[in-house]
Amino acid sequence: MAQMNMIEAIRSAHDVVMDRDPSVVVLGEDVGYFGGVFRCTDGLQRKYGEHRVIDAPIAEGGIIGAAIGMGVNGLRPVAEIQFADYIYPGFDQVVSELARLRYRSCGEFFAPVTIRTPCGGGIRGGQTHSQSPEAIFAHISGIKTVMPSNPYDAKGMLISAIESDDPIVFFEPKRIYNGPFDGDPEKPAVSWASHPKGEVPEGHYTVPIGKAAVVQPGTELTIVTYGTLVHVAQAAAEATGVDAEIIDVRTMFPLDKPTLAESVKKTGRCLVAHEATRFMGFGAELAARIQKDCFYHLEAPIGRVAGWDTPYPHAFEWQYFPGKKRMIDGIRKMMEAE
Amino acid sequence: MATKKSRLHIPRPTARPGDKPDFSYLELSPAGSVDRPPVSSRTRDIENLATDLVRVLDDDHEAKGPWNPKLEPADLQVALRWMLLNRVFDDRMWQIQRQGRISFYMQSAGEEAVSIAQGMALRAGDMCFPSYRNQGLFMLRGVKLVDMMCQCLSNTNDMCKGRQLPIMYHSKQANIFSISGNLGTQYPHAVGWAMASAIRGEDHVAATWVGDGSTAEADFHHALTFAAVYQAPVILNVVNNQWAISTFQGFAGGERRPFAARGLGLGIPGIRVDGNDLLAVYAVTLWAADRARRGGGPTLIEHVTYRGGAHSTSDDPTKYRPKDEWADFPLGDPVERLKQHLISGGHWSEDKHAALKEELTAEVTAAWKEAQKYGTMTEGPFLDPSTMFDDVFAETPDHLERQRKYMLEIEGGR
Repeated sequence: MAQMNMIEAIRSAHDVVMDRDPSVVVLGEDVGYFGGVFRCTDGLQRKYGEHRVIDAPIAEGGIIGAAIGMGVNGLRPVAEIQFADYIYPGFDQVVSELARLRYRSCGEFFAPVTIRTPCGGGIRGGQTHSQSPEAIFAHISGIKTVMPSNPYDAKGMLISAIESDDPIVFFEPKRIYNGPFDGDPEKPAVSWASHPKGEVPEGHYTVPIGKAAVVQPGTELTIVTYGTLVHVAQAAAEATGVDAEIIDVRTMFPLDKPTLAESVKKTGRCLVAHEATRFMGFGAELAARIQKDCFYHLEAPIGRVAGWDTPYPHAFEWQYFPGKKRMIDGIRKMMEAE
Repeated sequence: MATKKSRLHIPRPTARPGDKPDFSYLELSPAGSVDRPPVSSRTRDIENLATDLVRVLDDDHEAKGPWNPKLEPADLQVALRWMLLNRVFDDRMWQIQRQGRISFYMQSAGEEAVSIAQGMALRAGDMCFPSYRNQGLFMLRGVKLVDMMCQCLSNTNDMCKGRQLPIMYHSKQANIFSISGNLGTQYPHAVGWAMASAIRGEDHVAATWVGDGSTAEADFHHALTFAAVYQAPVILNVVNNQWAISTFQGFAGGERRPFAARGLGLGIPGIRVDGNDLLAVYAVTLWAADRARRGGGPTLIEHVTYRGGAHSTSDDPTKYRPKDEWADFPLGDPVERLKQHLISGGHWSEDKHAALKEELTAEVTAAWKEAQKYGTMTEGPFLDPSTMFDDVFAETPDHLERQRKYMLEIEGGR
């Protein structure tokens, strides 16, 4: 075991897989010589060469399109999109090509591409460096969408993603790259060193795609969340004294419905939380699903904590971000609701 | 609102329905007049290739100049056979659609030389990323006519299992990628495939095709940038057939500079070729493939041709262009031109041609008869609709299995 932050864990996942499989290549803006703006690919080009860790032109559609062609020709590309906010020029290549290729060719062609992209706010990135577009991708049939919330899961899930023959969009909540964040911007930053999930094996292991995790057990309320808000939910639950069971969804699609249903049937109350805008957010699917599976066990309507339905404003980051105050309020309302 | 004099330029074609066809805008070079530079030439030294027009066959059907690939008459007879098969197949499938027996069709009338000449010039290990008007490539690379027909029928032998519109073929075995209905998306795929070929140390090249209209798509420009940056071994083809449904090539920016010149700013050599001259297309393709195999990177080839038919069976070109425009197209018909070339050299005759056409028609008829045994739109056997849940992922997830089960319960099989 080693101490790793999420960046080191992601880098280690690349290293482990590239070492085992010469067909794995990395491409993206600034990923090569420089090692990525968040340093997730630092050192990989020196170790594996310029033919396997490739600096790309600033053309997200080109990066994803070329990755598909490489995947069709026997490579296993990992494409980094520098910010999730930049992914839209490549959206058609994801929706119409990457997600559909296996289906339309009845399995004759497929492209085992992993798209990694940092997402989420809390880093003073303004509206073009803070978005959480996971629901847009989870809506597309033919790709899998995931978002880890800690170094251990990040490495294990990234290895699973790269080794999978299915295309996967891998969202990395960048606010927690360097340490867990409880949603209170006034408090000093903490590192992953003091967190149990900062203990990461140095070698190969996998965390399965499609499995949620019970982060902490509880009896009074289930909080279903993912990404940065897993940590916000933990802090908020502690502050309220509510015995909350917190579930980290980890994979938006395919969704681990049994784990969600089992928890909500036990607690009878459910709060769904994500950073992304509320309307048509992934929480809507979660709420619909849980309502269907747990209707007769629910003691109150399912609640939602989410980003406001506005773009992400630069100057009002902490009024926008669904942090500790909103999570605490959400928990209280859930416990009062009938 | 509209002012009498505007600075806004609205491109207009030279002729609309009722007008006399006018191709005076097409700049033509005499056959044999354009030099054939070494494949190692620097792009800046051969920029003329992007604006001149490489032609081998002259108006008297003689092969001329340095680009003459000097193919044997037997090879040219084979090429003629493939082009004619492509034409006969398209004609029959068009009729079949008009009879309501398939839902949709797209023909490549007038553009057959592009697929056939390039298919012949490429090697079997080279990967093709086609557009929807490259059916000749599939035929040439051994995909059976009956299998293509079954795809158009969405029947029990459909390679796409009823998931794709007619003509959206694919063939892994023939090294031809799956056709997309979204235009130009295959361009960056071809570049990525070619990059992988280079990364893997192989000498295969990729080739891809797009129409003049689709050069406006971002994917076209992404692909050119990537191809130039990494000197990917790829042949980028623009089939300029003058029309993108109802918009003439001016709406893709063809009025001022030829499409072949699109890559010059990136250092990609462009070759503007007579797309209806099988010999010229063959020769420039060999040049580009040779250059790519030697590490010289991409070449952009613009094929100047004419869309002889409607865009698709859903289109009526008499609403937007002169009815008889093709007859006035200065580069003629590729099938007729190769035929006349062979005849003038004493290697073909009208009788042989008529007999060949009859033979190919019989071949197509037999294939259609066989294809229908696998099911038609109205008569079985039908595809099992429960297969619609397969191949979304490598392994079918649980919820799709549940949807499959429920679909069968409520919608029933067929």
